[in-house]
Amino acid sequence: MDSKKRSSDKAAQEMISRMAESNQQNAWDRLDAQSPQCGFGKLGVCCRICTMGPCRIDPFGEGPQVGVCGADADTIVARNFLRAVAAGASAHSDHGRGVAEVFIAAAKGEAPDYQFKDTTKLYKLAEELGVETKDRQINEIAEEIGKIALAEFGKPEGNQLMARRAPKPRQEIWKKLGITPRAVDREVVEALHRSTMGVDQDYKNIILHASRTALADGWGGSMLATELQDILFGTPYPGRGEVNLGVLKKDEINIIVHGHEPLLSEMIVAASMDKDLLAEAKKVGAKGINVAGICCTANELLMRHGVPIAGNFLNQELAVATGAVEVMAVDVQCVMQGLSEITKCFHTKLITTADKAKMLGVEHVAMEEKTALKTAKEVVKKAVENYKNRGQVHIPSEKQPAVIGFSHESINYMLGGKFRASYRPLNDNIINGRIRGIGAIVGCTNPKIQQDYTHTNLAKELIKRDVLVVTTGCATIACGKQALLNPKEALALAGPGLREVCETVGIAPVLACGSCVDNSRLLVACSAIVKEGGLGEDLADLPVAGACLESITEKAFAIGQYFVASGVLVIFAKELFPFVGSKNVYNYLFNEIEKDMGGRWAVETDPVKAADMMLERIEAKREALGINVEKERKLYDMEERRALTV
Amino acid sequence: MSRIIATSAINGAYKIVEQAKDMLAKAIEQKGKDCKVEFPNTGYYIPIIYSMTGRAVETLADFEKVMEEEIKPLMPEPVSEDMWLPYLGPTLDAGMATLFAEEIIEACKYLIGPNPVDGIWLGAADDVIMRERGIQFVDGSAPGFAAIVGAAPDVQTAVDIARKLQERCLYVFMHSHNNGTTFAEQLVEGGVQLGWDTRLVPFGPDITSAIYALGFASRAALSFGGVQPGDFRRNLLYNKNRVFAFVMALGEVTDEWYATAAGAINYGFPTIADSDIPEILPTGVCTYEHVVSNVPHDQIVEKAIEVRGLKIKVAHVDIPVAHSPAFEGERIRKEDMHCEFGGQRTPAFEWLRMQDIAAVEDGKITVDGPDVDSLEAGGKMPLGILVEVAGRKMQPDFEPVLERQIHTFMNEAQGLWHMGQRDGNWMRISKDAFKAGFRLEHIGKLLHAMFHEHFSSIIDKVQIKLYSNEKEVLKLQEQAQVVYAERDARLAGMVDEDIDTFYSCTLCQSFAPNHLCVVSPERPGLCGAYSWLDCRAAYEITPSGPNQPISKGNCIEPKIGQWDKVNAFVLKTSGGGVERMSQYSMITDPMTSCGCFECIAAVLPSTGGIMIVNREYAEMTPCGMKFSTLAGTVGGGNQTPGFIGHSKHYINSKKFIAAEGGIKRIVWLPKMLKEEIKDTFVKRAEELGLGGEEFLNKIADETSATTEEEVLEFITKAGHPITALEPMF
Repeated sequence: MDSKKRSSDKAAQEMISRMAESNQQNAWDRLDAQSPQCGFGKLGVCCRICTMGPCRIDPFGEGPQVGVCGADADTIVARNFLRAVAAGASAHSDHGRGVAEVFIAAAKGEAPDYQFKDTTKLYKLAEELGVETKDRQINEIAEEIGKIALAEFGKPEGNQLMARRAPKPRQEIWKKLGITPRAVDREVVEALHRSTMGVDQDYKNIILHASRTALADGWGGSMLATELQDILFGTPYPGRGEVNLGVLKKDEINIIVHGHEPLLSEMIVAASMDKDLLAEAKKVGAKGINVAGICCTANELLMRHGVPIAGNFLNQELAVATGAVEVMAVDVQCVMQGLSEITKCFHTKLITTADKAKMLGVEHVAMEEKTALKTAKEVVKKAVENYKNRGQVHIPSEKQPAVIGFSHESINYMLGGKFRASYRPLNDNIINGRIRGIGAIVGCTNPKIQQDYTHTNLAKELIKRDVLVVTTGCATIACGKQALLNPKEALALAGPGLREVCETVGIAPVLACGSCVDNSRLLVACSAIVKEGGLGEDLADLPVAGACLESITEKAFAIGQYFVASGVLVIFAKELFPFVGSKNVYNYLFNEIEKDMGGRWAVETDPVKAADMMLERIEAKREALGINVEKERKLYDMEERRALTV
Repeated sequence: MSRIIATSAINGAYKIVEQAKDMLAKAIEQKGKDCKVEFPNTGYYIPIIYSMTGRAVETLADFEKVMEEEIKPLMPEPVSEDMWLPYLGPTLDAGMATLFAEEIIEACKYLIGPNPVDGIWLGAADDVIMRERGIQFVDGSAPGFAAIVGAAPDVQTAVDIARKLQERCLYVFMHSHNNGTTFAEQLVEGGVQLGWDTRLVPFGPDITSAIYALGFASRAALSFGGVQPGDFRRNLLYNKNRVFAFVMALGEVTDEWYATAAGAINYGFPTIADSDIPEILPTGVCTYEHVVSNVPHDQIVEKAIEVRGLKIKVAHVDIPVAHSPAFEGERIRKEDMHCEFGGQRTPAFEWLRMQDIAAVEDGKITVDGPDVDSLEAGGKMPLGILVEVAGRKMQPDFEPVLERQIHTFMNEAQGLWHMGQRDGNWMRISKDAFKAGFRLEHIGKLLHAMFHEHFSSIIDKVQIKLYSNEKEVLKLQEQAQVVYAERDARLAGMVDEDIDTFYSCTLCQSFAPNHLCVVSPERPGLCGAYSWLDCRAAYEITPSGPNQPISKGNCIEPKIGQWDKVNAFVLKTSGGGVERMSQYSMITDPMTSCGCFECIAAVLPSTGGIMIVNREYAEMTPCGMKFSTLAGTVGGGNQTPGFIGHSKHYINSKKFIAAEGGIKRIVWLPKMLKEEIKDTFVKRAEELGLGGEEFLNKIADETSATTEEEVLEFITKAGHPITALEPMF
C-alpha cells in the first residue's frame, strides 16, 4: 500500500499510512478487496430491471447481443444512464424539498430556531415568483414562497418556475425538444417508468428524458434548495476559513458534521457557542468546542459561517482515525457505512440524524424542525460527555487558509460594490481576452483516482492558461487543501491576464461556490453573464466548460446531464463513466447531443488533457463569438454617446 | 498591482470619514444640531448624498444619520496583507463613503469656515450655473470634464495642460494642492483667465472639494436625465455613458486622493496620473482602464481622453490663435484689448445672405479698408462683416439661423470677443491675439472654416467680405437693416395655422428619454434655443437628426392645440410615454419638459392665475418652491398639469397658453424677467386691450409679493383682469 498513490493530500497520506499500520480499513482497502470490478457494470451493459434477467450484453460481440426481453445494448445503457440521473436528481431534490418544508415551518413559526437571514433575497425571490409583498409581513411572504417552492417538487401541472431564469433562447431549445422540466417528482417517476421493462426502447428518447429529469434537478430541486437555504441561513459572501484535517483541535471537543443538508448542522454550530455547553466543556477539561465539516455540509457551513473543513468525501474515515473526534453527526448522502466500523475502533460517537438515513447499530437522534436547536444541543452534549473517553490522538498538522463564499450575489457585488454591482467587469475581461473563459471543477473524490489529484491539477492547468475556475462540492475542498483558494498562493500560479483581473478584484483565480446543490449557482451565474451582454445570447455561446474527474455518486450524472442540456461541455474521468457499452449511446452523448442541446459529454482522466479539451472548447466558443479578433478601442463622439443606453 | 490602491483608498476613506466626524462635531457644537445646512442656491440638497441615497439633508442632525446609516455600513475592513477578501467592490463602496464624508466636510465649511468661496476658489456651483453649463453636456458642446487634483510641476506645464483641455472643449475642474501650490494658482500665475466662462473652474484647494465636480455630475443626471434621487445605479451609469469626465492626478497621490478617486470610479470616471503609482488596467467599472499612471505631461491630455474613450473632433482653423468652445466665455478687458468694433463706438454690422452659386467664390476673403495693425493698442474702427453663402439646399429662411452663429464662432477664438448681433454687435481683439498675428482676414478665415464645419450639408460655398472703411460700412449697414426688418416681419407674421408641418426636437432625449418638444412657429423649443426655423434648418442640415418634420394632420382640439398626427408622433417618439400633447394648454395634456427650459409657469390656484419664474431667478417664488425645486417637479419628460417649462420668447406669443386665456393669466413674474421681456410684452398687452405697461404693472413681482396670499392681495388691489376670467380648472 502506497499512501501517496491513494491521495495527493499530505494529511490524508499520513492518516492512510497510520490506518494501515493499525490495520484499520478504509475505502481504498475495500476497493482493493473489490478488484477487479465487474466489467459489464463498468460498461453499463448489465440489466437487472426484471426477473427475466439479470442479462448482460457481450461487449466483444461474441456472446448475446440482446437481453431476454430483446433489449439491446443501446436500450440497456440508456436506461441505466437515465436511472442514475433520476437517482441523482432525487437526492438533490429531496434535499431541496426538506429545506422547503423547514422554510414553511419557519414562516409559520413552527420552527422557532430558524429565522430568515437574507430578507433582501426573500423579497427578490418573491418578486420573481409573483408573490405580493406590499403591506405583508415577512413570514406571510415567506410562507407563500415556501408553498410555491414545495409545489415545484410535486405539482401536477406546469413547468419548473426557476427554469425561467435561463436565457430565452435556451428555454426555446427545451421547448422545441419537449424537455422543459416539470415537477421533480413527475420527471423522476416518469424516468423510472420509462426505464422499467418493456417501456421506452429508443435510446435517444430515453436520454431525452434524462435531460428533462436532470433539468428538473438543476433548474428546480437544486436551485430551490440553494435559494431557500440562502434566505434561511444567509447568502454566502466572501470570508475566510481553513481546510484539512489540521483544523481538528487537540485540546478542544471536536464535532464533525458530515453529509449534505445544513438544516441540523447550522443548529449544531449555534449550539457549539452555547454558554452552558461551553462551560461544561471546560469542566471536562476541553478548551472549547470545535465544529468542523466534511463533504458538502462542510461547504455549506464554510460558505456561510467560516466553519472549518476537515476534508472531503474520502477524508471521512481518516478524520475518525485521528482519535480526536468526539461526535460525527451525519445526515444524508455520501455517508459511508464504513464509518460504523471505523468508529468502533475509536471513542468517536457516530450519530445519524435523518430519519431517511439510518445505520444499523448506530445511535439515531431524530432531527425535528420544532426542536432543532434542542436536538443540536443534545448532540453537542454527547460530544462533551464523550471527551473523557478520548484515547490516543493523532492530528495531522496540514491545513490551509482559504477564501470562500462566492455566490451569484457576492460575485455581482465584488465586481462593482453596492453602487455598481454587475457582471460587467467579468464579461469585459472575458471579451478582451485577459480571461479566456470559465472552467467549472465540481464533484467528489473517488478512491479509484489519487485523491484530489485531478481536481487540483486541472485547476492549476486552467488558471495557468487564464481560465477562471469555479468549484463546488468536494472538488472545492480539494482545491482548498492545496492552497488554490488562497489568493496570495494561487495568484502566483495564474496566467498573466487572469492574474491581472484577480488582482484588480482581489480574488484567487479559483472561486469556491459551495456544495453540490450549489451547482445551480453556476447556472444562475452563467445566465447572468449572458444577460450582462457581449458573450452571446445563450448559455451554449459562452466560453465555459465543466469537469468532474473524481465523480462517485449518481448525483454527478444528474449534474453533468443538466449542464449538457444547458449547453455546456462536461468532462468525466474515463473509468468513472459506466455508460460506454453502446456505440450508439456513446456517439449520442459524446457527439450528436450537441446538435440538440449545445452541450455534450466527454471523458478524459488526465487533468492536463482535460484542460486541453476545455481550452479547445473555450477557444472555439470565443472564435464563434468573434471576440478573439483584436478590436481597436472605440472612442465615442457625441452621437455615439447619445446612442449609449442609460 | 491594485491591492496597493485598494489598501490606500480604504485607509484614505477612514481618514476622510474621521475628518468629517470631527468637522461635524465642531459644527454641531458651534451651531447646534438643528442648524440648517445647504450648498448655496440648489434644489438638490447635498447633491451626492441626495442622488445616491435619496436623503434630503437639511440639518446637521441629518448628517449624523448619514454618518451612521449610510457611511458606516459602507466602510469595509482594511485590506489584509496575505489573506485578502475581494476588495474591488468594498473599495468602490469606501470611495462612495468618502464622497459622502467630503460633502459633510465641505457643507460644514460653509457654516463654520473656512469659507469654500475664497479668493480664486469658487466652492459649490449653484443651480443656475449647473443648468446653464450642464446643458452643454446635453448638446455635446462640452463632452465632459477633467477633474484636476494637485498641481503641475511648473506653471508652463499647467498652462499647457489647461489649454489642451480647453481646446478639446472640456471643462477643467480644479481641486487640492501639491508641492505647496495648486493648479489654479499656477494658471493665474501663467496669466490664464479662470472661471466658468473659460471652463477653468477652481473649486477648492483641498481634495474634499472634488465633491463639487462629482456633485455637479450627479445633479446633471437628476436634472437632465430624469433620474430619481436614490436611483444610484442609473445616476452613475448615466454619468458613465454621458458625461465623459476623468480625474487627472498631478503630483504625489495621497491616501485621501486614492479614496476620492475610488469614489469617482463609481461614476465611470477613471484616474490618469503623472506619478508612478500602480495601475488598474482591466476594464469593467469604467469604460476602459481604471487607473493609468506615469504619463508624461506632454501626453497626459491625449492619454486621458483615450482612457475615457472620448472622441473629440478638433476643427483645424487656419488662424494664429486657438479655437474652441471653451474660449467662448473669455472676456477681454479694456486694458487687454488691442482694438474694438461696434458697440455704439463705431458703426458695425454682421450680415449673412445667400447668393447665387455662381456669385460666390468659396474661400474668398476680402478686406476693404485699413487693417487692425493701423491702430494703436486700445483703438477702435468700423467693421462690416458680410458673409455670402451659396448651396443647393440653402434657403433664405436659413439666413438668420446661420447669421446667429457668427456670435459663437467668433467668441470661440481665443483672444476674440463678440457680443450682440446684426447692427448691434460689439467685438474686441485682445493684445495677445494681435501679437500672435491676428488680423481682419482671420475673421474671414475663421467664419469660412466654421460655416463649412457646421453647415456643409446645406451650403457649398462661403465667401466673406470685411469692411473697415466707415463710409462703406454705413452704406452696407443701411442695406442690411432693410433685410433685418423684412426678416422680422416675416417671422412675426408666421402663425401655426399657416403651415402644415411642425418640427420635433428630441435633442434632449439622450438625457430625458421620454421628452420631446413639438416646435411650431408660435411655440419655440422650451430651451429658447430652437425656433421653428431653426428646427427646419437643422432638419435640412441633418435629415436623420433630432429635428424631424411632423405633418400636423387634422386638428382635433383647436383650443388646446392638438392634431391627430402630432399626437401619433408624440406617442411613438416618447416611447409610448405620452399619448396626447397640447400645444397651447398647460392644464390639459401639457407638453413635457426635459430640464433645459428657460422658464417655468405654475398655477397659483387661489389667484386663478399663474406665475412664471425664469432660471436665473434663484429666490423663493410664491408657489413655495424655488426654480430648482420646481424644475425637479416639471422636468424629466413627465406631463404635469398646471406646470410647464417654456422659453422666454413663448410668453409673448399669441399662442401662449391660449387655451387658458394667454398672458391675462399671468399674476406674478420676477422683476428681472419683466424687464427682459418688457418691450414685446407691452405691445402684446396693448394688442389684447389690456393696456400695455399698465397691465405689466398689475402683475406682481418679488418686490410686491412673495407668497401666494400676497399675490392675491396685490392683484385684487391692482385690479388685475384675471378676476373676470373663468377659473382654470
